[in-house]
Amino acid sequence: MARIGVFVCHCGTNISATVDVKKVAEIAKGFPGVKFATDYRYMCSEPGQDLIQKMVKEHNLTRIVVAACSPSLHEKTFRTCTQNAGLNPYFFEMANIREQCSWVHDDREEATLKAIDIVKLATAKVGKNNPLQTTFIPVEKKVLIIGGGISGIQAAIDVAFNGFKAVIVEREPSIGGRMAMFDKTFPTLDCAACILTPKMVEVNQSDLIKLYTYSEVEEVSGYVGNFKVKIRRKARLVDENKCNGCGTCWQRCPVRLPSEFDMNLGKRKAIYVPFPQAVPNVPVIDQKHCLYINKKKCGICKKVCPFEAIDYEQEDEVIEEQFGAIIVATGFTMFDHSIYGEYGYGKYKNVTTGLHFERMLNSSGPTGGKIVRPSDGKEAKKVVFIQCVGSRDEARGMPYCSRLCCMYTAKQALLLKEHNPEAEAYVFYIDIRAAGKNYEEFVERVQDEYGATYLRGRVSKIFQRNGRLMVRGCDTLSGTQIEIDADLVVLATALIARPDAIKLAQMLHIPYDQNRLFTEAHPKLAPVETVTTGVFLTGACQSPKDIPDTVATASAASVKACGLLSHEKLPIDPQIARVDVEICSGCLACKEVCPFGAIEKEEIVDRVTQQKRWVAKVAPSLCNGCGACNTACRPGAIDLDGFTEEQIFGQIESLTADKGNER
Amino acid sequence: MKCSIASDKFRRKFAEQIEEICGERISLCYQCGKCSAGCPVAYAMDYLPSQITRFAQLGLIDKVMKSSTIWICASCQTCSVRCPRGIDLAKVMDALRILAKRKGIVPKEQIAPLFDGIFLGSIEKYGRLNELSLITKLNMASGRPFKDVSLLPIMLKKGKIKLKPQKSNPGKEVRYLMRKVEKLESK
Amino acid sequence: MMKVAYYPGCSLHSTAREYDISFQLVCRKLGIELQEIPHWVCCGSSPAHVTSHLLSIALPCKNLILAEEMGLDTVVAPCAACFNRLKIAKQEVAEDSKLKKEVQEVLGKPSAGKIEVKHPLQVIIEDVGLKKVEEMTRRKLQGLRVASYYGCLLVRPPSVINFDDPEDPQSMDNLVSALGGEALPWAFKTECCGASFSLSETDIVFELSGEILNEALEAGAECILVACPLCQSNLDLRQKGIEKRRGKKFNLPILYFTELLGLALGMSMRQLGLSRHIVNPSKLLERKLAVT
Repeated sequence: MARIGVFVCHCGTNISATVDVKKVAEIAKGFPGVKFATDYRYMCSEPGQDLIQKMVKEHNLTRIVVAACSPSLHEKTFRTCTQNAGLNPYFFEMANIREQCSWVHDDREEATLKAIDIVKLATAKVGKNNPLQTTFIPVEKKVLIIGGGISGIQAAIDVAFNGFKAVIVEREPSIGGRMAMFDKTFPTLDCAACILTPKMVEVNQSDLIKLYTYSEVEEVSGYVGNFKVKIRRKARLVDENKCNGCGTCWQRCPVRLPSEFDMNLGKRKAIYVPFPQAVPNVPVIDQKHCLYINKKKCGICKKVCPFEAIDYEQEDEVIEEQFGAIIVATGFTMFDHSIYGEYGYGKYKNVTTGLHFERMLNSSGPTGGKIVRPSDGKEAKKVVFIQCVGSRDEARGMPYCSRLCCMYTAKQALLLKEHNPEAEAYVFYIDIRAAGKNYEEFVERVQDEYGATYLRGRVSKIFQRNGRLMVRGCDTLSGTQIEIDADLVVLATALIARPDAIKLAQMLHIPYDQNRLFTEAHPKLAPVETVTTGVFLTGACQSPKDIPDTVATASAASVKACGLLSHEKLPIDPQIARVDVEICSGCLACKEVCPFGAIEKEEIVDRVTQQKRWVAKVAPSLCNGCGACNTACRPGAIDLDGFTEEQIFGQIESLTADKGNER
Repeated sequence: MKCSIASDKFRRKFAEQIEEICGERISLCYQCGKCSAGCPVAYAMDYLPSQITRFAQLGLIDKVMKSSTIWICASCQTCSVRCPRGIDLAKVMDALRILAKRKGIVPKEQIAPLFDGIFLGSIEKYGRLNELSLITKLNMASGRPFKDVSLLPIMLKKGKIKLKPQKSNPGKEVRYLMRKVEKLESK
Repeated sequence: MMKVAYYPGCSLHSTAREYDISFQLVCRKLGIELQEIPHWVCCGSSPAHVTSHLLSIALPCKNLILAEEMGLDTVVAPCAACFNRLKIAKQEVAEDSKLKKEVQEVLGKPSAGKIEVKHPLQVIIEDVGLKKVEEMTRRKLQGLRVASYYGCLLVRPPSVINFDDPEDPQSMDNLVSALGGEALPWAFKTECCGASFSLSETDIVFELSGEILNEALEAGAECILVACPLCQSNLDLRQKGIEKRRGKKFNLPILYFTELLGLALGMSMRQLGLSRHIVNPSKLLERKLAVT
């Protein structure tokens, strides 16, 4: 017979203010098998844990129940404590009387009754707990990094620095991401390319880093230490091994198309590298627009390529690789301002976005560094910047602050003045959020030294009159309406999740929030982890981040990933499904419902009939203990260790025994 | 001029009064100023619409009620459509006018509330609007007896106004309805 | 034949007689039977909603009940202000049970809330269809440059009106195109004309309507098309005053869309009541459309 000890935590006043903890402990003493019960101010503290160990010895306890917070916070703490007291760590149960009781109720009497029931359930379960042993799985010492922007690049460099292999999967033909599009970076004004390209080159040259550009992750299965990942390598129609990036092909290609990298302000060819410093420096054929692919005409690129690298017959290839950990670095996309009718529904050519402006500022960009009006190419002298377009707009945009627009707008206003000292910069803002090292000082410089005019208020309407843009805003500080006739309007559009974020999240079994941004395991204490062990987050796929923050999270995520990889083996939770082959009929309904692919078919020799037959087998490394198979199993051959039928029914009985008719 | 801000309790009560009349919560406003930026009549107001919301948030009832803003508001709803916080500010302006009328603090120089009263008086009498009587009464009440007089001949000629009220007179129905509304509202 | 209840509102019986006349004529031609609501009362317009919320809902509800009693399922209100008030009253009563109870107490009987409120534009575009209108066109508005002006109350608030875009509406423009005219893109389609300030704060009307006239002229308009008697009156009746103040000639006829539609369907200016306009449109129409 189990000898149970119950420890009720006050959690300061978090629990004790709403729940009568002394009463809970007192009543717990009367539950079947309970030999000792007490309350204590902080059970997770060292004296709290000492108390458990002391009482185990003193009262010869064999099972422990701690009534405190959520198991997600302290289950591990108390499992270890139970183990240190000389018991199997799974002879412990946590009764959550904080998140599920004291925090959500205010009636002390009712809350106390509920807490008593919660503790009763835990004691009923713990008495039926079996000793479980942790098992171990080997670790594949390679990290998958999804996304090749500055975030993924930094993560790869850090993983490689730690001596592990990394694979970057990038959807575009080149790594570099958004940062490659920027001109200069705030607040130091160093050139984005000058600080990014060395990193791109480093990634390209590293023996430990493999690049799959123009590729996409298609399927992820497996578990921490052993993720199996299918990657689609889209057909470039150019052989990466033969091409040396000489550029003959794209110089001779006759098809001219708007360049996505230049925000459609410039042109590219149908065979192209997105920008001169592309890594790898291998072009890709745009199959939608290539004359040969569509009309079997032209074929110039193939004719002129000195290395016979053009291969029109090339097809997509799906490869499968194994990884120990995954870093998600998929970044962001820009909010589409064309939903705002008051800003012209995206119809006015001279109403652009911050990214357009970056390309114009760039001396190797489509305008050669000149700030022009896209409508007629004439120099833009009066530029209005509008912040919070799509940000801080619950009604039609995103509710959150996009965090970096204040800074990049200030930078763009400054660069405008540097490019053309005669130009005028007007910035409509709501609040200036410049909380970063040297950020506030930078904004002040832009206002004071460069003379950008800051106006506090949101713009209500933009319209065209005689070829100029009329911007109707206001300055709430002076209490006046402001109308500015501008050459160019630059909208600081919100940073938002990529359209396919949910698809990726489902593939990786990671949660996302109402804005489709990936959710970290803990907002403060696990900011780069996810609830799926072995999957980490970096950069703007989690929330809008500037370059310093992105790089910091990239390094943090890679340390976490390398930490996992530094183990030869990883412990796996023994609370997983178990098949009783004697009962299993081999119907494999369980295999159908398992979301983790953890159930396989196995042939055994029947103990009685000595005949061969099929049964289900659980792969411990893949099983997550979700219990889906358990409920699908008709003969009742599957049980879930740690949550056995006996335990669950024991809990139900404990509650119904004395109040069968009452509830 | 120093202003002492009203107590929390007082401010909350004022906000609740507004919410009760129009269902809008002024506490949502974060003063981005988009309403003021797009208001077509702001040029004629003493305070911007966003400032009125701010005064209301701070419980500065006097400043709100004595401003010309709430009477100059044309109810065009441009602000309401564009508000990023989803506040229907045009409705808030209605509520503030209703409160001012209830409290009897309507600035004398404002003509719009005079117009409202005479308009409602006209439909109370005739059930429908009688333009000619409206114009005459408003001109007299606002001390501008000859306003728009030069337009009268052409309006008469083009049949835009008539000297006699319409034949159909559902005034009785409207009077009955108005009494009922008054009775319910005084409860 | 489609049968709908007709709520003309005060303006169509006074300042906007030509809107009433032209709408009725057009309806007859398009096979829509209008039945005027007997004993309808004023919707209360702006003066009601700035004075008493309950009154501003009860007055339109009174008319909705009268229309329901006619056994029809649609009421059409050509005045944008009436249309707006009827729509808002219907929606608010449907969403607020407390208000619904109060309105019932005031009116003595409940409104079923089933009758649909429509603006003539909706009836013509949604029920008749532009294709049919186009087919019936006898006189193309070839080369007529039209700035369609929608004002506030026809499109706002979009959550209630739910008909056309609040920033860049298209329904009248589509009608103009269907009739063969040139629908001009311009940015002041839904700017406020000063609405109810026509008599009380006329200076505001001079300013706001002046901006609209100016913008339409800059956009190349020969006339402005409207769907509201208040907008029409402010732009038409006050145009002379605006010209004087701004020192600029506009001479822009302000036409109801029903008038232009009537002309396209083959009616004459006299039939449609076009002589009632202050800014005389006959020269323009004679020149461009060869109508009499």
